[in-house]
Amino acid sequence: MIQTTPVQVMDGADVRRAISRIAHEISERHHGAENLVLIGIHTRGVPIAEGIARAISEFEDVHVPVGELDVGFYRDDLDQRPTTRLGRTLLPVDVTNEIVVLVDDVLYTGRTIRAALDAISDLGRPAAVELAVLVDRGHRQLPIRADYVGKNLPTSLQERVTVRVEAMDQEQGVWIERPQP
Amino acid sequence: MADLDRAGIEELLDLADHFTEVLERDIPKVPALRGATVATLFFETSTRTRLSFEKAAKALSADVLNFNPSGSSLSKGESLKDTVLTVQAMGVDVMVVRHQAVGAPARVASWVDCPVINAGDGAHQHPTQALLDALTLRRRFGKLDGLRIAIVGDIRNSRVARSNIDAFTALGAGVTLVAPPTLLPLEVDSYPVATSTDLDSILGELDVLYLLRVQLERGSGPVLPSLPEYVARFGLDRRRFGLLDKDAVVMHPGPMNRGIEIATDVADDPRALITEQVGNGVAARMAVMFRLLSGRGQP
Repeated sequence: MIQTTPVQVMDGADVRRAISRIAHEISERHHGAENLVLIGIHTRGVPIAEGIARAISEFEDVHVPVGELDVGFYRDDLDQRPTTRLGRTLLPVDVTNEIVVLVDDVLYTGRTIRAALDAISDLGRPAAVELAVLVDRGHRQLPIRADYVGKNLPTSLQERVTVRVEAMDQEQGVWIERPQP
Repeated sequence: MADLDRAGIEELLDLADHFTEVLERDIPKVPALRGATVATLFFETSTRTRLSFEKAAKALSADVLNFNPSGSSLSKGESLKDTVLTVQAMGVDVMVVRHQAVGAPARVASWVDCPVINAGDGAHQHPTQALLDALTLRRRFGKLDGLRIAIVGDIRNSRVARSNIDAFTALGAGVTLVAPPTLLPLEVDSYPVATSTDLDSILGELDVLYLLRVQLERGSGPVLPSLPEYVARFGLDRRRFGLLDKDAVVMHPGPMNRGIEIATDVADDPRALITEQVGNGVAARMAVMFRLLSGRGQP
């Protein structure tokens, strides 16, 4: 049993500020928020996407639709890992010709995003797909990068990154667990 | 079906719910079982169940091998065991077996290394039918707890009835079997159900009227008083349909004998969920295959 001590690297306010900045970056890049659809990847990507949409609506006079995506059926390791609990997939609008911003909590190997891209292409043909993540911890195994990053967090492969959000966990922040020697 | 407890059934129904969403998409397909091979071995004829399994496998991106006993080596005298071992040797990840003999799928499972799905064995069990029926009811009513369900018809010869009694009661519904005494199973006292021979007297109390097919080929014939008498006492016509509660629904596993167990205009009523059952059948079978095959390559 490896002993770990979680160290908090973002507190609740830091997460709120990061979400707010991402919201501004999205609307800045697109000169507003028309034709945008945010799609949160289960589980923590969904409340983060909702947070970004709420932040955008505070300074743009636009309601940005938020969808949910579970990539469980698109994972490339399904034959190695049996199914776990799945979330629902629900898109409020047709994504064809819209600008989709995928939202996830942690960007790591990139395999979840690869699966999400496959899922999106089965659901429609967006004009563009972008990626927003709260934390980028590195160690990509695929040529994938995020367009909007809350915090770049250099980690080692042995470390664990945990994100908790108010809407789901009654506390909010980002923790990193380092294995103790 | 009896091997699954409530939690096991609900896990499959939750999965099937996800697959109903997949099946509504423009591209109703996910790559979950890419590279897996599903063999369907139907030693007893079936159209809908075989097509339903085939569609389910393809919607999961699995490859499908269909075995058809007529024109196969079975007609040249090959034994069931040699046939399934041959199919296994070709490399399959799951076998779907229907057979007229009770217990045949379980027997096949003892011979082969891969999982075997029972797609109906004689008058014994038809578990994926029970799953799709439970799914249909859960999607309609939210849950099965407290639902009052009557299963009407040839219970004795019905594998659908046996599997559905297990599933419905495990999920908290109350089940009444309605049939002439000759069509009730001999072991009915051991089932957790009520029985009745008078359909009219209970119609008003039901949430679900589940009609079985009169299976003349499986021996309903000799024990029936007469077909016209059966229709008069147990057939669902417009009058009886009117005695049902306004929120009650009618189900039938198909294939229907219109004019016998169900009148044709009733079968086409929106409160008859028969086509929904067929659609949910694909999702339920996707759930079973996905559950059996995800994680198949684990060391």
